[in-house]
Amino acid sequence: MKASEVEVGASRSMVLADDLTRTQIVMYAGASGDYNPLHSDELFTTKVAGYPSVFAHGMLTMGMTGRLLTDWFGTDRLVRYGVRFLGQVWPGDTLTATATLQALRDEDGEPVVDIVVTTTNQDGTTVVSGTATARMDP
Amino acid sequence: MTIERFPVEASHIMMFARAIGDPNPAYADGSSAPPTFSMAGAQFDEDHPLRPKSDAPWFGSGREPTGVSQVGDGDGDMTRALHAEQHFEYHRPVHAGMVLTTTERDGETWEKESKRGGRLAFFERFTEYRDVATGELVITARMVGVETSKAVER
Repeated sequence: MKASEVEVGASRSMVLADDLTRTQIVMYAGASGDYNPLHSDELFTTKVAGYPSVFAHGMLTMGMTGRLLTDWFGTDRLVRYGVRFLGQVWPGDTLTATATLQALRDEDGEPVVDIVVTTTNQDGTTVVSGTATARMDP
Repeated sequence: MTIERFPVEASHIMMFARAIGDPNPAYADGSSAPPTFSMAGAQFDEDHPLRPKSDAPWFGSGREPTGVSQVGDGDGDMTRALHAEQHFEYHRPVHAGMVLTTTERDGETWEKESKRGGRLAFFERFTEYRDVATGELVITARMVGVETSKAVER
């Protein structure tokens, strides 16, 4: 994306998951190596940890949210990407990510765009909130 | 928790991309990796506490809801540790064929009270991922974890 094409305030949304499955959470455990039973083991999570059910890794939501950024700006264009995990994501959730362009500026002599990104569930609760910076072509 | 050798492999990137539901073709051939892929370095951490080991009890369920007599021995209570924040700074692109190595250092710790999770104890950890071949910095990661004093309420 060219710096001249950046429109501050422009926004894009993407449905990341519609009816998030336990199987996808298990896939993430297997690929990432985070086998915490809180994410796959219903018996442990309900009987020992005291949660209503297993829940997704925060990093699964951050990873899914990253797709909105790489689809928009391309792979290997991010300078930074950071989030806070504000709410748990449960099986059955529908997640929608929204990214908004905040500012176009120079960093180390290169044009970059600052982005605000949030992911919300079907109740409108924000589960992930963060920022990213992406490199633009001059 | 230092990872000495994290070989970035095309099939691993493909599996990771499938898990996050991202069909980007650059992740199918390993020419790039998703922005959060570095987390999968956990697979190459010999002492990763969140992976069962064949010769040690595991805190997940088997015959009983948990396989250890007292959850929370050792490194803190695993049922109460949650991920609060994650930040990445990208210095160089990641692709299949690279071998990464990490160094970690602890950052700040702080506490907060919350209605949903009780007393919250936060801790910060920085991880640097370097290219073994060149020594160049590839990614800097900052993780904030939190230990809650009870299960977080919905």
